[in-house]
Amino acid sequence: MLGLNKKDTSLLIVVALLTLLAPFILNPFPEGSAMAQFNAGYPDLMQRFVIFGIFAIGFNILFGLTGYLSFGHAAFLGVGSYSAVWMFKLLSYNVIPAIALSVVVAGLFSLLIGFISLRRSGIYFSILTLAFAQMSFALAYSVLSNPKFNLTNGETGLQVYADDPQILQGANAPDLPHLFGLPMRATYTMDVGAWSFDFNAGYYLCAVIMMAVFYLSIRIFRSPFGMMLRAVKSNQQRMNYTGLNSKPYTLAAFVISGMYAGLAGGLMAAMDPLAGAERMQWTASGEVVLMTILGGTGTLIGPVLGAGFIKYFENIFSKINDNVLHSWFAFLPDGLEDAVVFVIHPFIGKGWHLTLGILFMLVVIYLPGGLVEGGQRLLKRFKRKKKDTDDAPSGKTEPAE
Amino acid sequence: MAILRVKDVSKRFGGLKALTDVNLNIEENSVHAIIGPNGAGKSTLLNCLVGKLMPDTGSVLFNNNSVLGLEPFQINQMGISRVFQTPEIFGELTVMENMLIPIFAMRDGAFRMHAYETIANEREVVEQAEVMLEEMNMADKREMHAASLSRGDKRRLEIGMCLSQNPRLLLLDEPTAGMARADTNNTIDLLKQIKDERDITIAIIEHDMHVVFSLAERITVLAQGTPLVEDTPEKIRGHPKVREAYLGEAA
Repeated sequence: MLGLNKKDTSLLIVVALLTLLAPFILNPFPEGSAMAQFNAGYPDLMQRFVIFGIFAIGFNILFGLTGYLSFGHAAFLGVGSYSAVWMFKLLSYNVIPAIALSVVVAGLFSLLIGFISLRRSGIYFSILTLAFAQMSFALAYSVLSNPKFNLTNGETGLQVYADDPQILQGANAPDLPHLFGLPMRATYTMDVGAWSFDFNAGYYLCAVIMMAVFYLSIRIFRSPFGMMLRAVKSNQQRMNYTGLNSKPYTLAAFVISGMYAGLAGGLMAAMDPLAGAERMQWTASGEVVLMTILGGTGTLIGPVLGAGFIKYFENIFSKINDNVLHSWFAFLPDGLEDAVVFVIHPFIGKGWHLTLGILFMLVVIYLPGGLVEGGQRLLKRFKRKKKDTDDAPSGKTEPAE
Repeated sequence: MAILRVKDVSKRFGGLKALTDVNLNIEENSVHAIIGPNGAGKSTLLNCLVGKLMPDTGSVLFNNNSVLGLEPFQINQMGISRVFQTPEIFGELTVMENMLIPIFAMRDGAFRMHAYETIANEREVVEQAEVMLEEMNMADKREMHAASLSRGDKRRLEIGMCLSQNPRLLLLDEPTAGMARADTNNTIDLLKQIKDERDITIAIIEHDMHVVFSLAERITVLAQGTPLVEDTPEKIRGHPKVREAYLGEAA
């Protein structure tokens, strides 16, 4: 189907089902129950899942296939956001031109940065991209924000003001990002008994776009071009002596992943029409590296899993505080309860980074292939067990010979 | 007719004269060996032919076109393939993919953005790769990762990858270095077979005299960066200058 083999098609279908049914899947606990705080099915977070999923899918095309580790991809995310907000300011609140421009501008920007950074490989390439991203951050934060020429609006962040031209903004169009009149914030809440599920327009726009770009990434992975990118990672010397110029291949991968990042940035602005310089900071670049490695570098679905995992932790784990812990362990005797809470305390709330760090270390040491490898191992073990039980009865009859 | 003409090539590394006025013609469809003691400049010469090093003076003409100043990939596209001393293959890729890449490179040139096609749909390329694997006796290993092949198989694969591009000139840099006797003999047989079955010129740099004398039709002896003699194997075998270069004056 769609030019994919059986395995890839089923993967695509699973991803499609998961994203479309996410409002149900992420809200498994009834409203008001003790477990309700683990629900992640609210629009804001669901949007972030898929947007960072797109970001990580694109990053994986560069890092997973060619092995070039960019530490500056947040620059493209930020550029995408700024472009989108400028589109809102100049044209209208319709998200289509905003998203389109963010992809184009990020593509051009990554062409420039990639062209220079790819003159080196390995650690030098990483440092060059990091330097470019930090320069972009500095530009956005202060240099390009002065009374004469205010492109980024400095630390306040770029936003839409009432006196902006918005030349195509119709009189009746909603006064916030919308898709041909459908506001991105529009949410339909479905109540089923104690449960409540949110269906958000913005989320579904992001989800559909993510499925499209996920499909595109499968095509790239399976194409001769994708094979050449893996060849870059494997042995550039052999590649050059085989009549292939590795430079345009890596540059193409860099630009594609930059455009993915720009798309993610544009979508972020489309969900919330604001662009700040902090989106370009090196921590944001590092985050997408973590997502990709945690999920499984060079695998198709890994980066999406990694993105979901980290965003879930950031938003859900960080909310657990001591009061919540006390209520969980209320059944324990008083002294013991305090002791347990004391031990767990550093790992929750603001300490979620600590938990994430430990998990990241465990994954890198024991599952170098990331969460995807973990899943594969479980599956294998499960299959072997099943096989063993299938074989057992037939084994009994054999000794008779 | 000479397919490769090396004229007055010199190369210095600081104070070291690696090559001095090297003149060498390699005839089309011949097997030409370049031998010489360690440090004679064999590898430097080879690197000057494939675009890795730029000679200080002189010219290198392949098929009457200069290769100097070109990138390795451009020289390969002209019809020169190189086999390395330690097999250079795509270790993380499967044997089949290793074979597909050079065929794509030959068909599509140095760069093509075929990002939306599927490899399986490129029937012609896949068929060519299958034929080549068959020829190399590696069809049963097509799904293996190239890194997990034995040393001899890696060599076979690398030679197969080069041959799949139908090069006019195949350069081999000590193809049997570090191989067991059996693997060495297999490689000799493979190269003999290639020589008999194809219109191809083979230039081989080798230490192992057994390999050289079983394959070569012409031999150039290189010593201290200059060609000492060039002749047929029979003549080279008893040549006093060669014995001197290899064994020292006492011999």
